[in-house]
Amino acid sequence: MNEKISGINAKEILNQFKEKAIWVVLLLLVIGFTFANPRFLSSNNLFTIARQVSMYGIASIGMTFVILIAGIDLSTGSIITIVNVVCAYLMVNLGLSIPVAIILSMFLAVAIGFLNGALVSVIGIPAIIATFATQIIFKGAAYIISGGVPIYGFNPAFKVIGQGYVGFVPVPVIIMAVCFAIGSFILNKTYFGRYFYAVGGNEEAAELSGIKVGRTKFLIYTLAGFFAGLAGIVMLSRTNSAQPTAGVGYEFDVITCVVLGGVSITGGFGKISGVVAGVLIIGVLTNGMVLMNISSYMQWIVKGLVLILAVGFDCYQKKNATT
Amino acid sequence: MSEYILELQHIVKRYPGVLALNDVSLKIKKGQILGLIGENGAGKSTLIKTCSGAVIPTSGKILVNGKEFSSMSPQLARENGIAIIYQEFNNVKGLSAAENLFLGNPIRKGIIIDRKAMEAEAAEAFKRLNIKINPKELCGNLSVGYQQMIEIAKAIRLDAKILIMDEPSAPLTTKEVESMIAVCELLKSKGVAIIYISHRLDEIFRLSSEILVLRDGEYIKTLQTKESNVDELIQLMVGRELKESYPKKKINTISAEIVLKLENVCGNGDRNVNLELRKGEVLGIGGLVGAGRTELAQMIFGAVRKESGKMILNGKEINPKCPKDAIELGIALVPEDRKRHGAILHNSINHNINMPIYDHYSKFSKIDEKIEKETTEKQIKELLIKTPTMNQLVKNLSGGNQQKVILGKWLAANSQLILLDEPTRGIDVGAKFEIYKIINSLVEKGKTVILISSEMEELIGMSDRIIVFAEGVITGELQKKEFSQNAIMALASQC
Repeated sequence: MNEKISGINAKEILNQFKEKAIWVVLLLLVIGFTFANPRFLSSNNLFTIARQVSMYGIASIGMTFVILIAGIDLSTGSIITIVNVVCAYLMVNLGLSIPVAIILSMFLAVAIGFLNGALVSVIGIPAIIATFATQIIFKGAAYIISGGVPIYGFNPAFKVIGQGYVGFVPVPVIIMAVCFAIGSFILNKTYFGRYFYAVGGNEEAAELSGIKVGRTKFLIYTLAGFFAGLAGIVMLSRTNSAQPTAGVGYEFDVITCVVLGGVSITGGFGKISGVVAGVLIIGVLTNGMVLMNISSYMQWIVKGLVLILAVGFDCYQKKNATT
Repeated sequence: MSEYILELQHIVKRYPGVLALNDVSLKIKKGQILGLIGENGAGKSTLIKTCSGAVIPTSGKILVNGKEFSSMSPQLARENGIAIIYQEFNNVKGLSAAENLFLGNPIRKGIIIDRKAMEAEAAEAFKRLNIKINPKELCGNLSVGYQQMIEIAKAIRLDAKILIMDEPSAPLTTKEVESMIAVCELLKSKGVAIIYISHRLDEIFRLSSEILVLRDGEYIKTLQTKESNVDELIQLMVGRELKESYPKKKINTISAEIVLKLENVCGNGDRNVNLELRKGEVLGIGGLVGAGRTELAQMIFGAVRKESGKMILNGKEINPKCPKDAIELGIALVPEDRKRHGAILHNSINHNINMPIYDHYSKFSKIDEKIEKETTEKQIKELLIKTPTMNQLVKNLSGGNQQKVILGKWLAANSQLILLDEPTRGIDVGAKFEIYKIINSLVEKGKTVILISSEMEELIGMSDRIIVFAEGVITGELQKKEFSQNAIMALASQC
């Protein structure tokens, strides 16, 4: 019996090592970029990174939930875009107040998430197709609403969300931290978190344990819409103008952050702490590559490889575990 | 040429911290069937995996036809005529029986698959094994029994001389078991050596000439089948004498109160099911696999909705739309397929046990971790779940302990009507006995149990009353004094 217990401990130590490994990767990246360009480690640049990653970070929480149940949400980028465009339209073209515009556009984001949830859990369309479809639908809608041109000229107070500071900490970083705390709370302290892990681990057994799997999926896609929308608001405030292409391709970075953070693409495993590291890695990588004057095309190639590495690591382990 | 076609000598397999096999030896001759038995975790799977090359022994020798190997590889095993039939089959449901038979090396004309030639050869191969499969039939349309036959035919076609069968009868119906046994005997007569692993001792007795017993990774004994008996085997496997295989209830638990009444329930393949269940009763449901027993349990539990008829629980008509509804009504289901439907393997014991009741004690969806922990601690203690901590993942537990976690979940939910679907399938003898004791303690506490089982001894040993299903209808009811395997079998094969 004692022997067996020590065997389990050895496994656990290995798992813990894997959780730590991602932080080691982050550290190595920071060291590498600092050598390549000492400006990287300047406080100015670090704050830039923090502000840049805040949108990934916020959106990644919803995506974490989605991937935990072995789903996927490809509509994140389009939700970000349409929230940008609609919020700007409400403020500029309709002259609504900032809070009303934010609330209405967040309502739209949640509604899109709800729609994704309906397509996936009520109709039963595979998530990759359902959210692929909503991605293109709302991409189109954003162009129609904006007429294909940027919308700008907001009330200066709106800038606070994306550009403001509390003390020396940027407001978007605070929003991100709060979101991570909420995400972690949901996963660890509420029964919804338990349901997410259960549904991701074994949908059928979860249903037979009294979890309403359909409702759980609904909730998750809706939450994903909410967090993507929030990321959209922060982005709009940062850029101070709504571009009809604002969020294009965002889902890619967000998915990479989540998977890098150790959330298993086949569902059931993952922690918010890992996702924080994943978000930081993507932020550092993007920023570092810009500082090194690597072209954005080259950046795509690098990011694609990073995603393959991250998913590959997880899948390769699973593959070997089953034999 | 050696006398033995396969010999394992002093095999040791050490994993970090665990000794899975300790000096195990095995010998088998051409045309011999060797039974391999042991409780779950005794090392049977590890042992056979050393033959297939999936496990590399730490020390020891493997001799095939006298040729010595220190370890096997899947390639070597195939070349030396060793084939394993696992419980899960490697067939493609969308391909025909013939194509499955030639999976991996189809007969070709150039780059084009020669379907006709394959079908002809498959028909020939099936005929040699005396099995009636249409080579053109899609594998997915064939019964589990036939799918297994294709696996066996595949092994024989690849010239297997040593066939290792891991629990071959577990997924089969009684009829299918018979044809599987016939195939084994046919192969034996053709000189194939078979290592037959099974929890069903009657099959071992019918087929084997020798029986090798493993316990906790140790070689215990090789017995001559003719000179042995079930009691001796059980004793060797568990290392202790089981006085009686079925514990007796301490008190008469059956009251006059009717808990569940079904009136003409139809749906899910069942027709006109009528039954009355008294409080404190263990109602056994017998019948062949696919007779509609699991289907009835699914309807009562709300996993599948009934089409017509009435279900009355404690005098009130119920109509559960989903398992959650049924759970709130005090109904619980321990499903047949523990790993797929019962437990969430990658979650902890703690989470599994609390899953149905989290929403009962959480405030604003926040879990009261003190209640959560107490709930699990109570079940671990009462059901004697063997685990170092409650945070252990369920997948790391033995089958018996996994089943206890699932039972614990329903005890924590305070379920009153507990549907057990094959609760002891694939569970070792010692753990079975514990499950039986739990069943008795349930009814002693005033709960009511429906016990679905394909093991007739289990039904007879545990039930207060038995009803038997065949093809979706109840074919009869047996009172305690009428219980016999013959009576159950007669009703089960009635249509």
